[in-house]
Amino acid sequence: MEGTSAYAALNAGNPNGTDMPLMEGLFAHAAPYVGYVYPNETDIPWTVLIVVYPYLTGLVAGAFTVSSLYHVFGMQRFKPAAGLALLTALCFLIFVPLALLLHLGHPERSFNTMITPHWTSAFVMFGYLAGFYVILLMLECWFVFRPHIVQQAQQRDGPLGLFYRVLSLGSYDLSPKAMHYDEKWIFALAVIGIPGAHGLHGYVGFVFGSLKSREWWSSDLMPPIFLFSAIISGTALLIVLYALSCKLRRIPIDLACLKGLGYTLWGFMMFTLVLEGVEFGALVYRGREGIEVIMEFVTGRLVIPLFVLQFGLGSVLPICLLTYMFWRGTTGKALIAGVTTSAVLVLLAVLMMRWNVVIGGQEIAKTGKGLLTYVPTLYGREGLIVAGSLVLVPLVLLLVVTRLFPPWNLNGAPAPAPHAGMRRFG
Amino acid sequence: MGDKPGEPRQERRHFLRFFGSAALACAGTAVAAKAALPGAETPSDQPAPTAPAIPDYDWSKHRWAFGVDATRCIGCLRCAEACKTENEVVRDASHFRTWVERYVYLEGERKARVDSQNDPHNIAASGSGKEYRFDNRYKDANVEKAFFVPKLCNQCEHPPCVQVCPVGATYKTRDGVVLIDHKQCIGCQYCVQACPYGARYFIHEKGVTDKCTWCYHRITKGLQPACVEACPVNARIFGDLNDRESPISRFVRDNRVQVLRPETGNGPNCFYVGIDREVS
Repeated sequence: MEGTSAYAALNAGNPNGTDMPLMEGLFAHAAPYVGYVYPNETDIPWTVLIVVYPYLTGLVAGAFTVSSLYHVFGMQRFKPAAGLALLTALCFLIFVPLALLLHLGHPERSFNTMITPHWTSAFVMFGYLAGFYVILLMLECWFVFRPHIVQQAQQRDGPLGLFYRVLSLGSYDLSPKAMHYDEKWIFALAVIGIPGAHGLHGYVGFVFGSLKSREWWSSDLMPPIFLFSAIISGTALLIVLYALSCKLRRIPIDLACLKGLGYTLWGFMMFTLVLEGVEFGALVYRGREGIEVIMEFVTGRLVIPLFVLQFGLGSVLPICLLTYMFWRGTTGKALIAGVTTSAVLVLLAVLMMRWNVVIGGQEIAKTGKGLLTYVPTLYGREGLIVAGSLVLVPLVLLLVVTRLFPPWNLNGAPAPAPHAGMRRFG
Repeated sequence: MGDKPGEPRQERRHFLRFFGSAALACAGTAVAAKAALPGAETPSDQPAPTAPAIPDYDWSKHRWAFGVDATRCIGCLRCAEACKTENEVVRDASHFRTWVERYVYLEGERKARVDSQNDPHNIAASGSGKEYRFDNRYKDANVEKAFFVPKLCNQCEHPPCVQVCPVGATYKTRDGVVLIDHKQCIGCQYCVQACPYGARYFIHEKGVTDKCTWCYHRITKGLQPACVEACPVNARIFGDLNDRESPISRFVRDNRVQVLRPETGNGPNCFYVGIDREVS
């Protein structure tokens, strides 16, 4: 493609002998480009923080799905990971709004989206959905960990004792009747939480899919693609965290649980891959205006991030690996290693998917005649360090929270019999 | 009424309860769907924003529109310079309320070569960020066809930027111009994404988005937008569609005009004459 690059031009020097250092400020926010892009497009609006935002919400939705498999559908094999799943969802959800707040030009006005909302905006729902979901998750965690809270409140002294006593909200009743009551609440909250978590993430897909200004995003399949990739990322994260926690606690990994998580991962990955394939196929098949540039983008610089990392390494390889292990009936350490490796690869694939959608969409110029290059910064509010921290800090918080509320043995929490919950509400 | 007492009434109650809930759900969905429809917000649907406090200006009596005669544009870029000065637009290469595109078809090439004033070579040719000009890169080439196309905000009838703003900081006025309230803007840049014309940009220093307003502060005082006034060849035409004898009314009436990207359904209010197939 014929074109120019702002950076290349700067580096090459000025043909007219103009003092280039004086002109450097002119390109302060300019992304390099080839072909023709609208002048204002050279300042890329959504940065790596908006890559992290759907990644984090996806992990939340996926982790919650796993916890619901136990709490709602009574799947006993997920019991060892159910408590951890709940805490993981909560720890990650707390940092989701931070990714958006750091991106805003005026974060102090963010509450206006809820106080004076403009209802036609898809963004408006975020505040309400996230707020509702945080409260729901905290409530569910409180009910699930209430026996532990009460026990600690009665046993401990000092600041930690006070902490548990405050958290018990004055309720020390652990009688079978009270536990049965808690069980009902946990079930109800988990049921409401499923559409809540999935709605939150489907909505993120809608934010992108509903924009008609970008061909790369404009697709009705965007919400389900985001949703299914969310479920696989959360399940994969849980596999890694569960295996890691067992290693750290030096206890054997529950193979039935791990294999169940592997099955879940495999099943939802199939959906995700098919949806992504159909969406991409439809985009190419429709071949609307600007498709030449999109194809140039896809077959050029997107080969490694999309085809090699996202599809090949992150999707096809783990599916093949899991299929082989299930077919051969692999068990023991080989199963643990295989499922965990697959999960790590899936986590990478989903991160790449978020990157390819959010950044990729903005690298294809709205003119349909050019391609931009997003150059992330390392430092600063929207830099890679901040973005990386947003993914890692929830893990640190999770480490602290699991110390305060050990999710390993939900003895106090009632374990629903298979399909007991469904019968209750049936 | 010969039915057994109780039974039919209970059935009726069930029936009414069921259909009552269904009707409520449908009504809720319809309201939500209407709210989400682009262009669903007509001025009569929602309370109008406070009218600008300009004496004697009645915004309900005007319908502003813009015309571009691309056959006249000579690419002098005085419009872009006037705009930057008038509206204190950031003096760099990524922030423009208006710009001019150059389309050049060389002999033997099927696609146009396109650039605008923010092209680094053009900026280098101008020698500073305060003046703009197109360089002379095609002086030795065999040019088959070439023309300039001025671009600016289209002040759409159904603006997607207004639709997506989560706080209503950007809104459409009664007289047809889309404005931004910088005191309300949260700087999410959703509107920048939603505009298919690339008309919006983000002011990093202020943390808010900005765009062309057709010089609203001037037109509401009876003046022309700065770019229109600066154009030496009358390639930019501005006026009130409510006035049949205004330059824009005559321009739209006397020409077969086009708009950019009509397929988006945005209903742009910039009318073009003399643009080619590759202009979008």
